[in-house]
Amino acid sequence: MKKNYLKPTVFLLLLWPIYVISYQIIFDELGPEPVDRIINHFGEWTLIFIILTLSISPLRKITNSTEWLKFRRMVGLFTFSYASIHMLSYVGLDYRFDIEPLINDVFKKKFVFVGFSAWLLLTVLALTSSDMMVRVLKSYWKKLHRLVYVIAIFGSLHFIWLSKTIFFKPLIYSIIILILLSFRIKLKKNA
Amino acid sequence: MKKFKHSEITSEKIYNKRRSFIKSMGYGLGAITLNSVPLINANASNLNKPTSYEDITTYNNYYEFGTGKSDPHRRAKNFPTKPWSVKIEGEVEKSLELPVEEVLAIKSEERILKLRCVEGWSMVIPWLGFSLSELLNKVKIKPNAKFVEFETVYNPEEMVGQRYPVLNWPYIEGLRIDEAMHPLTTVVTGLYGKPLPNQNGAPLRIFIPWKYGFKSAKAIVKIKLTEKMPNTAWKNASPREYGFYSNVNPEVDHPRWSQATERVIGESILAPRIKTLMFNGYGDEVAHLYSGMDLKKNY
Repeated sequence: MKKNYLKPTVFLLLLWPIYVISYQIIFDELGPEPVDRIINHFGEWTLIFIILTLSISPLRKITNSTEWLKFRRMVGLFTFSYASIHMLSYVGLDYRFDIEPLINDVFKKKFVFVGFSAWLLLTVLALTSSDMMVRVLKSYWKKLHRLVYVIAIFGSLHFIWLSKTIFFKPLIYSIIILILLSFRIKLKKNA
Repeated sequence: MKKFKHSEITSEKIYNKRRSFIKSMGYGLGAITLNSVPLINANASNLNKPTSYEDITTYNNYYEFGTGKSDPHRRAKNFPTKPWSVKIEGEVEKSLELPVEEVLAIKSEERILKLRCVEGWSMVIPWLGFSLSELLNKVKIKPNAKFVEFETVYNPEEMVGQRYPVLNWPYIEGLRIDEAMHPLTTVVTGLYGKPLPNQNGAPLRIFIPWKYGFKSAKAIVKIKLTEKMPNTAWKNASPREYGFYSNVNPEVDHPRWSQATERVIGESILAPRIKTLMFNGYGDEVAHLYSGMDLKKNY
């Protein structure tokens, strides 16, 4: 019985960033720069969800339980969703779908370039996340989905490059991501 | 020092009403009635409306109190601004140390000026202040002086941000001497008819409306006349991104983000970005300072 409720409960919990921003929109608490607030909110939550995604394998190892793997796809798809809202609020709310300066940004601003690249890669992973695609791609699937490591690095670079200084949030996120990635190198060597 | 009785302080509501009345009389006339300092960007529709007192005093870049926009408002509450004195030294005949009371006693006028942050947002702020030249005229400047350097107080006990190497403390900013002497270069003593809040740079700061906000140093303790170009804080941190001049210039992009447009603080989610104007709209007043200079090189 309990198990049937676990996944929906986790699903509702992972919607947390939506609850927060909805509250702030409804009660007019977005602050002096509302557009920036929305973009940053989803940007930061995307990074947090990348960190959650990367935490699942280490958690499995540490707790010696495969329970965690059940949530990996869900967390990954949430990451993609928040990244998409982040990107769309930049394109739509901030730039009003004014494509010309946006294209200019992608090629001239390195933080936009890595950010947009990360989103494209996330799209590939989201599109190949179904059971069917796992079967179709066979051994390539695992290799393909290692792109999440590249996405994580791009994500932290994106945050560092868009900030005026690395202190403190960009630094903190990058350190966490680097720790989680270094964990993988160790795992491989041990295996 | 001019003390404001509570009854003399205009509430924000009346203030804005009065503003819209003046606006309804036409920009030109409004500008003349208020003072001789030009109002900003008369050709843009929404720009003469001052940003709310709340936004001006809660959304600040003041890294001495932390890198978050709301940090200064939260952390500067008990910042001691008394006793305070300002030194004017360097290439001057006789250096001078002024108690802040003496500086604040210089007659301030209202100057509604636009602040454009290098991050791509802007505010319109009804400052109280006077031209820096009035203060600099209190000393005799030697002919070899070419620059003016501003130094912010170094007080890591009170300014928690200074405990971390975010920038090379103390914060140093600077101007060429002709820029410093320009009447629009303002010593700020207050805003919205009230004394300057701590998070906005109390007890006194400068404001240079045609340059990106970081050029306008806060909580100044030293003004130094120098022969050499000052090693300013942000230029020191990243010379490729922040030049000495840092004039607002929509044609020169910051290496990481565009400067062509800006978001107006206090506008709704649905308000579009507006075009950034050369010299933040003060070109008529200041462009001559840079005639013959390549502003793409001297960014």
